[in-house]
Amino acid sequence: MKQILELKNIDFSYHTADAETLALTKISFSIKEGEFIAIVGPSGCGKSTLLHIIAGLLSPENGSITFYGNLNPDHKINIGYMLQKDELLEWRSIYSNVILGLEIQHKLNTYTKANALQMLETYGLKQFANSRPSELSGGMRQRAALIRTLVLDPDILLLDEPFSALDYQTRLNVSDDIGRIIRGEKKTAILVTHDLSEAVSLADRIIILTKRPATVHQTVDIRFETPDLSPLERRNAPEFKTYFNLIWKELNHND
Amino acid sequence: MTEVSKYQISYLKKIKHHKQFVRFTRILLLIGFLLIWEITADTGIIDSFIFSSPSRIVLCFIGMVKDKSIFLHTGVTLYETILSFIFVTFFSILAAIILWLNQSLSEILEPYLVVLNSLPKSALAPLLIVWFGATRTTIIIAGMSVAIFGSVLTLYTCFQNVDSQKLTLIYTLRGNKWHALTKIVLPGNIPSIISTMKVNIGLCLVGVVIGEFIGGREGLGYLIIYGSQVFKLDWLLMSICILCIIAMGLYGLIGSVEKWYLKTIK
Repeated sequence: MKQILELKNIDFSYHTADAETLALTKISFSIKEGEFIAIVGPSGCGKSTLLHIIAGLLSPENGSITFYGNLNPDHKINIGYMLQKDELLEWRSIYSNVILGLEIQHKLNTYTKANALQMLETYGLKQFANSRPSELSGGMRQRAALIRTLVLDPDILLLDEPFSALDYQTRLNVSDDIGRIIRGEKKTAILVTHDLSEAVSLADRIIILTKRPATVHQTVDIRFETPDLSPLERRNAPEFKTYFNLIWKELNHND
Repeated sequence: MTEVSKYQISYLKKIKHHKQFVRFTRILLLIGFLLIWEITADTGIIDSFIFSSPSRIVLCFIGMVKDKSIFLHTGVTLYETILSFIFVTFFSILAAIILWLNQSLSEILEPYLVVLNSLPKSALAPLLIVWFGATRTTIIIAGMSVAIFGSVLTLYTCFQNVDSQKLTLIYTLRGNKWHALTKIVLPGNIPSIISTMKVNIGLCLVGVVIGEFIGGREGLGYLIIYGSQVFKLDWLLMSICILCIIAMGLYGLIGSVEKWYLKTIK
């Protein structure tokens, strides 16, 4: 499999008038096509900052990011970003929320429109295409937000704690749901979360960060004996507890 | 349909009764006020030369309807108010957009806007008359001057208070600042634009009347000043009544625009 993204020695600090806060130091890792990795770490360690840097919303102070081995920013691949909250716009219908990215990138045409509708149908939102976001449940809203990202056909998906705003039961269902969709679409994904069980249930590999200034503490490969388990099935598999405890220990080892 | 329980029915009844009570008392208050005014004026308890009376106001109104002069004065005031309101709305949205797009510019201009906004705008009216002459244009500008600075500041503050995560969403979709403006800031702020318009329409009317006080040859403001100078208090009070009705009507108009908007978004 081709390596899609590589980070080398990324440093980043936040500047305010009072102080400079070092957020990330010497972060290096890479991700292959089709891989699903999760980044866990103590809260406030700079996990979201890392995703912002990968997405190009922030520039690292040191270090390099290469996409398909290419440094040139013109060759930037298509990155999809999913935020903590769905951020659906209340003044737009679900359909026109879903095509927001296409609209901005001037990719709106018969084909992409049909594709957007097709995706709404595939993921059970077709009957809500003309509804307002407030008429949908939290889980359906998050699914609509994912479709908004997927219609742009991203090479890599960045998930910034996308389930943290949901209540526990919805959260389990939605993470199962969205995990399946991402696997089904064969997307490369990076999930940032502070929920260890979520990370173990979704990822192929887990990167554990230290507390601030964050650096990569350890990488754990997640392998289940039965392949292709859904996130909910993984939670019931015997290896689940072992991985959970291992990562729990590593995280606390930090302190 | 589900069966409506008797508790629900009595609850609905209670609400209806309360609404009727409020409406009835409102009307009663108005009628009582007019009645006391009329009676005290007729019996000489108050001087009807100074305080006028409802019947005199109505007679005066009918007289001015007959010679058609009332349509001129009301029409002129209405025209000037609506025009200055349209300009205020347009320019304040434009200015707020420019300030939002240019952070440094807004920082530079902030103290000036604050000073201009807290300035008593009636102080500007004589200056405007000298500069632009006693014309309708001047009166329209006087109307604008009362509303525009506050309107710009309010709108700019609303634009700035847009949820930053929504803006991040635009940037994650590879949009730029212009997209953030047209996809998030403007559509998300339509309710605050409408509520600013509600305030502005009243302020424009105030400004126009001030302008007419000083530089008008027609309009209700002119009629008020002229009436006070020749001691035709009937004119004065009638003009005030018409201004009340105009203010209510214009406010109601924007209120229905708001209702229409809320309906389309549902």
